Amino acid sequence: MDLLELTIKDTIEALKDKTFSCLELTKETFSNIKKNDKKINAFLTLDEENALKQAKEYDDLIKEDAQIFDKKPLLGVPVAVKDLFTTEGIRTTAGSKIIGDYIPPFNSTVIKKLLAAGAIITGKTNQDAWGHGSSGENTDYEPTKNPYDLTRVPGGSSSGSGAAVAYGASLVGTGTDTGSSVRLPAGFCNLVGLKPTYGRVSRYGIIAMASSFDTIGHMTKTVYDNAKVLEVTAGVDPYDSTTVPEKVGSYTKVLGQSIKGLKIGLPKEYFVEGLDKKIDESIRNSLQVFEKLGATIQEISLPYTDYAMAAYYILVPSEVSSNLSRFDGVRYGKAREVFGAEAKRRIMLGSYTLSSGYYDAYYLKAAKVRTLIKQDFEKAFEKVDVIVAPTSPTLPFKIGEKTDDPLAMYLSDIFLCPVNLAGIPGLSIQSGFVDDLPVGMQLMGPQFSEELLYKTAYLFEKETEYYKIHPKFKNG
Amino acid sequence: MAKKHLTSEDIIHIAKLGNLTLNDKEVEMFKKQLSSVIDYIDKLQEVDTKKIEPSSQITGLTDVFREDKVNEERTLPQDKALANTKSKANGLFKVKAILTE
Repeated sequence: MDLLELTIKDTIEALKDKTFSCLELTKETFSNIKKNDKKINAFLTLDEENALKQAKEYDDLIKEDAQIFDKKPLLGVPVAVKDLFTTEGIRTTAGSKIIGDYIPPFNSTVIKKLLAAGAIITGKTNQDAWGHGSSGENTDYEPTKNPYDLTRVPGGSSSGSGAAVAYGASLVGTGTDTGSSVRLPAGFCNLVGLKPTYGRVSRYGIIAMASSFDTIGHMTKTVYDNAKVLEVTAGVDPYDSTTVPEKVGSYTKVLGQSIKGLKIGLPKEYFVEGLDKKIDESIRNSLQVFEKLGATIQEISLPYTDYAMAAYYILVPSEVSSNLSRFDGVRYGKAREVFGAEAKRRIMLGSYTLSSGYYDAYYLKAAKVRTLIKQDFEKAFEKVDVIVAPTSPTLPFKIGEKTDDPLAMYLSDIFLCPVNLAGIPGLSIQSGFVDDLPVGMQLMGPQFSEELLYKTAYLFEKETEYYKIHPKFKNG
Repeated sequence: MAKKHLTSEDIIHIAKLGNLTLNDKEVEMFKKQLSSVIDYIDKLQEVDTKKIEPSSQITGLTDVFREDKVNEERTLPQDKALANTKSKANGLFKVKAILTE
């Protein structure tokens, strides 16, 4: 088997046909991790012993029950889990040193669902500590490298999950997306990354960053694989009262349906100075593919776009300062001095914007601007079905390039964070390659339009097949 | 260059609000970095929001209730709840005294 080529779809077929066993796949996966992860730093903790044990059990199940794949749709699929996800008995650090030795006594809801569906956890992945970052460099450990060029960042904050799927170390990388954290690594690592509608997937047991923004997504190589995982993770959870009782779609069933007549909007505020010319060109080439598939393209306006980042960097740090206040070292974990620089910056920024005399000018003002941004999208979706934009204004940047300038780092998310303010879904797919580096393209739709996004992305992917391009560990 | 100039006293005050203690080097670094971020977010003051309601819940859910009953699956036994602490006594978290005689 070639792990770089393998998808979930292929894997299920191969396990059914007995081309290989769960145990063979799991062993091969860990042998790849042992060979390559020293260079990439995708993982913080591995769970090989349990994974092998589970793989053996699943091989027995396959022998006993021919219908097992209907009951366990992700049977034997190796999953790399972002370290914000609470995993029973497996160290969970949030990429931080403060809780560097925390071993949770329970599972998050998404982990429970993935395990019940037969997924096998390979390990816990590196990330910007607490989810604060766009490059992976804010980890309290060694930063993750981009498998396409080891001198560049893989995107963050779900940096390890993205890199792991890209180099074949798992077939799914779980992530959280508060402002960019699934879509940016997907864009930088030639993957499909979903930021679902707020409330589509349970946040229970996932260490909170900004509770009114946090969404739980995942990265895969293909659109089909991505849709298949959402079928498992989506739905109401009594343990998370913000999950919405909206029917879970048949995300894989709609794939292949025509998008003839689909109206695509191009927000003019996203195609401005600061956008790399070659990325602009790549997206415009991709639009021709959509046209060929029967979609029509029109320019639209999202007039408050220019204020989105400012609103985001008031509201999110405010919620961060509250959520991180519980890490006081009193019951467990280390003292607050151990927080990394970015966590300290955000705690201080949030404490400032919420403080007496500033609350109205900052927090309340930003909450009102959030309404305007949500309305921007609602008005746009009266005219078009889907909005398309680049995932990032630049190609994957060099490690160290933005670490001394937090504001420059924050602006990496400029095309992504408006989606989180509005609570709508965003799907990052590949628009192509520039200078041998992946270029991400984001599809946005109204709240709970994941089916439509997958359907649109699937036909595009069928035409382009960028997932067949694999990383070469350049400069490694 | 940032228009907003936070002083060292501002930084130490904000850090205290967030229950953080900083060394001198951090105070200098954050003074510069946070000034430029606050300068950036100040651009919101340009937006007219007089007639706009704030959003704090984005999907419009309200009043989500559950039954007022203990769910055993959601609770942890004492030994599990204490498994990650280095400081316990008699099945409880042991913390430093906040009041002394």
